Amino acid sequence: MHQQIRTLIIKEFTLEWRQKYALNGILLYVVSAVFIVYLSVGAKQGNIAVPTWNALYWIIILFSAVNAVAKSFVQEHQGRQLYYYMIASPEAVIISKILYNSILTLVLALLGYLVFSIILGNPVQDQGLFVLNLLLGAIGFSACLTMVSGIASKASNNATLMAILSFPVIIPILLMAIRVSKNAIDGLDWSVSVDKLITLLAINAIVAVTAYILFPYLWRS
Amino acid sequence: MRASWWKILTIALLAYTLTAGLLLDVPRLPILNETIRALHFHVTMWFGMIIMLVVAVVYSVKFLRSNDLKHDDLAIEFTNAAILFGVLGIVTGMLWAKFTWGDYWSGDPKQNASAIGLLMYFAYLVLRNSLTDVHQRARIGAVYSIFAFAAFIPLIFVLPRLTDSLHPGNGGNPGFNAYDLDSKLRLVFYPAIIGWTLLGTWISSVRVRLRRAERKIEDKLINQVS
Repeated sequence: MHQQIRTLIIKEFTLEWRQKYALNGILLYVVSAVFIVYLSVGAKQGNIAVPTWNALYWIIILFSAVNAVAKSFVQEHQGRQLYYYMIASPEAVIISKILYNSILTLVLALLGYLVFSIILGNPVQDQGLFVLNLLLGAIGFSACLTMVSGIASKASNNATLMAILSFPVIIPILLMAIRVSKNAIDGLDWSVSVDKLITLLAINAIVAVTAYILFPYLWRS
Repeated sequence: MRASWWKILTIALLAYTLTAGLLLDVPRLPILNETIRALHFHVTMWFGMIIMLVVAVVYSVKFLRSNDLKHDDLAIEFTNAAILFGVLGIVTGMLWAKFTWGDYWSGDPKQNASAIGLLMYFAYLVLRNSLTDVHQRARIGAVYSIFAFAAFIPLIFVLPRLTDSLHPGNGGNPGFNAYDLDSKLRLVFYPAIIGWTLLGTWISSVRVRLRRAERKIEDKLINQVS
């Protein structure tokens, strides 16, 4: 099982590296989205209110994550899926995809954070908490989006379905992450955010476990 | 006759809810006044919705284990009825909020959460309709239904409790227990929950039978041609 997961993750990385245009595309997507936001709000550095900064940041991360993860089941064609189906257990497939997408989402979030700090200013006072929250948010996003992209890939009209299926499911994760991130920006004491972090972790666990249990049924069809 | 006792019970309970709910004495409270009667028509909708969603999830699990389309019929129809109750719950809630909170929509966490929950189940219907193969539709619908329910529970039960809500029982507002000193409301409230849930079950069972009849006719037509 561990062997399978490791091999599949390495496969994902190799695949991404060989099709660099996809990765570059999504990185560019984040940067241009941030730039559009910057131009639209017409804010100079540090001019933008903290709640707005926070909300815009998370919305951009959400949309980039949806776009990045959406391809995880459609980029490889049916024949190769069948091949994986024969050589690997479905549990290994979903775990490796969730782990890989978490890393991808985290990279996107960090890149977004960097560009945001440069262009719109960086109001964050508690960096450690902010990054920890990004990590938890990335895991939650990826668990939810990976499962939904698996569901959406079975149906036609993929892009719309991906959005409408994932947004309502992802909202609890997004709301908790936004709240913790607000605390981190304001530099509040960790004890204020601990219960929210635990709730976020619990929601992540629920979503990931449900995905783990349900994926074999999806995979078989 | 013996099989339809619960339908008679439904009619009796709902007739009781309507008459007693509208005519019986209620505690007289500031702001709430007579709108406290919404308890029997608004709160019960959510109870009915949750109960029917649980039934739908149970049948979704049963379908995944057995691959029998009979279970899928029940899962989809109970979800349909739950969505109907959810929409009615939101509409009655908005009417009530207009008279007590001053606005149809005041961004209350529970209001938002239930709206998101409805979005989830509308997405479920879109997903089902976008698949053409009956078995695939049932299987993927069941998978999403269980997945959405797992996200729906923290959304509606955990998150609103972390922030202040305008709803009775949250954020320093006295709860239902505080209003109901002489348990008079309960006398109507509990029968109302059972009555509305039974009505939902009735609606779904009629639609399930319709669905099965349609499938039978379809099968017959297909077999005739070949």
